[in-house]
Amino acid sequence: MSNLGTDRVKRGMAEMQKGGVIMDVVNAEQAKIAEEAGAVAVMALERVPSDIRAAGGVARMADPSIIEDVMNAVSIPVMAKARIGHIVEARVLEAMGVDYLDESEVLTPADEVYHLNKRDYTVPFVCGCRDLGEAARRIGEGASMLRTKGEPGTGNIVEAVRHMREVQAQVRTLIGMSEDEIMTFAKNLGAPYEVLLEIKKLGRLPVVNFAAGGIATPADAALMMQLGADGVFVGSGIFKSDNPAKFAKAVVEATTHYQDYELIARVSKGIGTAMKGIEISTIAPEQRMQDRGW
Amino acid sequence: MIKIGVLGLQGAVREHIKSVEASGAEGLIIKKKEQLDEIDGLILPGGESTTMRRLIDKYDFFDALKNFGKQGKPIFGTCAGLILLATDIIGQEHSHLQLMDMKVERNAFGRQKESFETALNIQGVAEDFEAVFIRAPYVIEVGSDVEVLATFKDSIVAAKQGHYLCCAFHPELTEDHRLTAYFVKMVENAKKELAS
Repeated sequence: MSNLGTDRVKRGMAEMQKGGVIMDVVNAEQAKIAEEAGAVAVMALERVPSDIRAAGGVARMADPSIIEDVMNAVSIPVMAKARIGHIVEARVLEAMGVDYLDESEVLTPADEVYHLNKRDYTVPFVCGCRDLGEAARRIGEGASMLRTKGEPGTGNIVEAVRHMREVQAQVRTLIGMSEDEIMTFAKNLGAPYEVLLEIKKLGRLPVVNFAAGGIATPADAALMMQLGADGVFVGSGIFKSDNPAKFAKAVVEATTHYQDYELIARVSKGIGTAMKGIEISTIAPEQRMQDRGW
Repeated sequence: MIKIGVLGLQGAVREHIKSVEASGAEGLIIKKKEQLDEIDGLILPGGESTTMRRLIDKYDFFDALKNFGKQGKPIFGTCAGLILLATDIIGQEHSHLQLMDMKVERNAFGRQKESFETALNIQGVAEDFEAVFIRAPYVIEVGSDVEVLATFKDSIVAAKQGHYLCCAFHPELTEDHRLTAYFVKMVENAKKELAS
């Protein structure tokens, strides 16, 4: 007797990624560079977020042949993105054997009202959040892993910091509450009551929470770890830098030893220029990816 | 008190520490090789074995870990840790620490969607151990000195060779601390023996 796709199996998969870096890749060659650098997983995409931002139009699930190439190229887990609420994209990726799905605001949402019911799937999901309310709603829908959203494709860490601080601060507030205060807190956050009770009982989120959206340097990655992230997603930061192989290794090292500043200084030397960033205030409101999903 | 380290380069480190503490020993996260001198036994946790090996090399842990084992100090490898201990890995020219005489296959049960949990009979530990398998490896064959502790559908998923212990699943992900307690016992015995 054995059971597939249980909470422990799905959440446990993310536990194994802790302390690691998950890198966006668009082909087999990049996936190999990421694996060689010590990435714990790769996210297979058609375009990295900064190119999606530049290209405009509708961003969808990647071409399955790209995902297949990446799956064949590496032995580390392969993740892929489906549009928010796109049941069929999610099912297709699951059928292909992708190890983790990201119901992602980087792609154009397919449903403006409902996120996927992630409990229905054997494959685990990671979802974005900006605060505890959003985090708890995604956990309520069955997400097995979270990542703070930040602002993808900008190379600007400010939103990632804002969201990580917000989630952490609200978790701390919740843990300090007496039980009779939690229902009102749930109402104000728009969060499922039971999920908040679980967090209060555990003294932490019940799933792993990575940071994403704007990490461009080894120091950025270490900063997010210091703010309480369990690991980091680096999207455009690696393969939009001057020297991706070196850059990728440096980000991995800074993530592992995020409190060893001499080491971070050393790995940050001579790795070339980071991606060019975007100031958040220059992004038109309708272009802000973090506002997709609710 | 017995001190047990958990190699803290990447993976499920915190959970192992919790399990070690629940089993009555002191847990220590090992990030630098010098810390190995402070502990009586070591757990190589689950995580990504490829990633862990790169970090082991990067931080010059390789010889230190081998020496730790060669001194007679117990090592327990779970999932990725089992792969690190094996002498042979299917489809790979090079293996890692080569401390346990066995041939293993990575991701042997398939990809994440084939990951599962089951109740497992582990010899000398429990008849109904809650075992969580995540992109798990299994052991294809073992040398004559290796004792098989558990099988699932005819594949070896837990084994022991002298002071080395390994399992393909994740005891740290459940509240079932019996296997960790078994390892703590091994460490206690080894410490006594090494002292005498």
